[in-house]
Amino acid sequence: MRRLVLERRSQTPLALTLASPLLAVALTLLSAALIFAVMGHDPLRALHIYFVLPLSDAWGLQEVAVKATPLVLIAVGLSLCYRSNNWNIGAEGQYVAGALAGTWVAIATHGQPHGPWVLPAMLLAGMVGGALYGLIPAVLKTRYRANEILTSLMLVYIAVLLLDWLVRGPWMDPQGFNMPQTVVFEPEATVPLLLEGGRLNLGTVLMLVVVALTTLLVLRTLKGFEITLVGEAPRAARFAGFSEKRLTWLVFAIAGGLAGLAGTLEAAGTVRQLQPEFAVGYGFTAIIVAFLGRLNPVGCLIAGVFLAITFIGGENAQIMLQLPLDATRVLQGLLLFFVLACDTLLLYRPRLVRSSTA
Amino acid sequence: MDESLPRPEPDVLSRGRKPVPGIPLIEARHLVKRFGALVANDRVDLSVAAGEVHALLGENGAGKSTLVKMLYGLLQPDAGQILWQGEPVALPSPRAARALGIGIVFQHFSLFDNLSVAENVALALDERAPLATVAERVAALSRTYGLPLEPGREVWRLSVGERQRVEIVRCLMQDPRLLVLDEPTSVLTPQEVEGLFATLARLRAEGRSVLYISHKLEEVRSLCETVTVLRHGRVVARTDARDESAASLARLMVGGEVAQVRHELTVQADAPVRLAVRGLSLAAEDPHGTSLVDVRLELHRGEILGIAGVAGNGQDELFAALSGEWLAPRAEQVVFDGQAIGREDINMRRRRGAAFVPEERLGHAAAPRLRLSDNALVAGHAANGFVRGGFVQRARTLGWVDAVTQAFDVRKGARDPEARALSGGNLQKFVVGREVLRRPALLVIAQPTWGVDAGATSLIRQALVDLAKAGSSVLVISQDLDELFEIADRIAVIFHGRLSAAQPVRGLTREAVGLLMGGAAATAQREAA
Repeated sequence: MRRLVLERRSQTPLALTLASPLLAVALTLLSAALIFAVMGHDPLRALHIYFVLPLSDAWGLQEVAVKATPLVLIAVGLSLCYRSNNWNIGAEGQYVAGALAGTWVAIATHGQPHGPWVLPAMLLAGMVGGALYGLIPAVLKTRYRANEILTSLMLVYIAVLLLDWLVRGPWMDPQGFNMPQTVVFEPEATVPLLLEGGRLNLGTVLMLVVVALTTLLVLRTLKGFEITLVGEAPRAARFAGFSEKRLTWLVFAIAGGLAGLAGTLEAAGTVRQLQPEFAVGYGFTAIIVAFLGRLNPVGCLIAGVFLAITFIGGENAQIMLQLPLDATRVLQGLLLFFVLACDTLLLYRPRLVRSSTA
Repeated sequence: MDESLPRPEPDVLSRGRKPVPGIPLIEARHLVKRFGALVANDRVDLSVAAGEVHALLGENGAGKSTLVKMLYGLLQPDAGQILWQGEPVALPSPRAARALGIGIVFQHFSLFDNLSVAENVALALDERAPLATVAERVAALSRTYGLPLEPGREVWRLSVGERQRVEIVRCLMQDPRLLVLDEPTSVLTPQEVEGLFATLARLRAEGRSVLYISHKLEEVRSLCETVTVLRHGRVVARTDARDESAASLARLMVGGEVAQVRHELTVQADAPVRLAVRGLSLAAEDPHGTSLVDVRLELHRGEILGIAGVAGNGQDELFAALSGEWLAPRAEQVVFDGQAIGREDINMRRRRGAAFVPEERLGHAAAPRLRLSDNALVAGHAANGFVRGGFVQRARTLGWVDAVTQAFDVRKGARDPEARALSGGNLQKFVVGREVLRRPALLVIAQPTWGVDAGATSLIRQALVDLAKAGSSVLVISQDLDELFEIADRIAVIFHGRLSAAQPVRGLTREAVGLLMGGAAATAQREAA
């Protein structure tokens, strides 16, 4: 008789670290093909629509970049949290809180020209708003030992409901025929486009800058080392003289700030106003991006692009195959499942052994 | 009384399972156990006769634990056979081993701190029994075998020696024919060791067998009849313990001569004081921790001061207070070269020239999954010049790893492997070397050679002695009395968070220190103070 056992590895080979997410992607594609077949579609055509079509014309590529921008910005911040064992699940709330703070500046300056400082002020307000909102679960954790998974998640609903109330009440556009939405932002409160007539805006460039800076932070600086050490061995971090409490505040503030930046960029660049449907779940999808990207900023960039493709592919599939949006959600969920499962291979080596009956 | 509970009286041994003369009680034949590429047990033979105290001797990593776990059904052998009274048996689980009559006391206790002694024993029984009955049996057994215990007491209130008694009594409840003891004396005071030996003699007189795992040679010689020596997973000798000297056993265990630590006591009492602790009291953070009570000590330049004591008497807390992981209530309670540093954190103390090596290698001194160069950074980022403008100088941390590797003979596969890839001895050499190479003015080190092979032990002790000789001051917190008598100039004992007055090693006996470790200090301490 043979059975499968998992043996602890003493060392994780680098190749495996890279191969594990690829294996997860492959398994996801395989499961997706199965699901499509069961739903009565030609699996190859469905996969083509999902994963190839979005990359086959300029419009699709632009849309992928537009979707990837908030995903990567949020995921990079989250990966700093997760590296240090801070389980921030509330990026969606921080994203909305940032958008609200940025929008407040846009609405306060609406109606008359104020000059080029409005947009930078909005982005700054967005980051500060997201960071402050992110600090709530951090302080609750360090001060009262409240579980940050629960508190950060619950704060998402508060932020989303606050958004809902604002756009239906105090912030509703007076000329909007009673539609629940804010005014359309002035041009000076809008993120400039990169290409005439397209949707790609300066936010994507900002995102790339953030990826470069956080890569430097994680790989080269003492602060980056501190983040890793607190996550790997908290007692060794104390021995190194690092304060776990201050670090918790810092990573929640960075993650919240980046999510807030993403929210403001989305509001001031892509949507140009706030509506109740503003929160589409980027903050949750970014959790998948962070893990698929191995909690590494460049990895998050690649993973963010991949997840963005599934969004655009999902829209294509809705139009061309009448597949429900939920099919996309199932795919994304499966992906996270396989990523976490494949990570077991990093720590353990599967081996077939003969079970002996001595 | 519940009839389903086994009775420990000797007459039970004659019932059913009578030992057959000439046939060993338990025998292992050609046992093989592999873990990946490592062969932990390579065709190991072992045979324990009825009524025999048999020693299993070997260094850490020699394969003793693996062998014992197979005998207890915790691991399954890849090849080979286990025989019980001449009959081949399969041991798929510890329950099966207990049913045969095998009991084991592991080095690391598995007791629930918040439960009482009787509750802990009842939980481990294979049969159900009312708690009151269990408590009665525990009381009876502890009287019979000289293992004083109160069944109703919660475990967290017990000393380490008492906890071990709970484990032994728990085994005796099952009426074992073979009792396996894994490094039982490493946590006991000399007096407690004598008590344990008396209990073992009693067990042998009843016809039970004991498999005694140790690396302490004198103990093995005085207690055991036969000794099986393991080295690198193989049996290298099986001999009569009484025919061997400690030196010959050491040679068998290590496979060569071990360098003696050279140490002359040369410190003058009038050397300037480098570290002084004055009236330090510190409440424990952990509800089961030990609070420090009015701790005072003085450590002179060029001196090695040993802090003896049974584990859990405030050693962790004292280390944390000296290192700055916990701050003292008032700055002047910790004085380093005349400066009050009680309120300074660990990195400020490092910049003043202090260095620290905590007890736990993996998780405290080093992060298991980080490379050695990153682990050099753990202790060195503040004072070693590894960081410039917030950026880590990788070339410098790597260079430091190379320097430590060379100076302390750290054996490793790659230039910069993850810490967990190193053996215990080599990782310990690294975390000690990482500090000693800085030539610190003060080194505070806890359990410098805990679970480390003989070669590394002698190298580390020599490094500490040489460091002190060069003018540094070394404070060694250790449970190993042999170690302290080998390298310390003076020894103080910590008990229930109080530190006795330090006394020069010359003229000090192990018995005197043992009495202090057992708490006979309270009165003596007041006289000294």
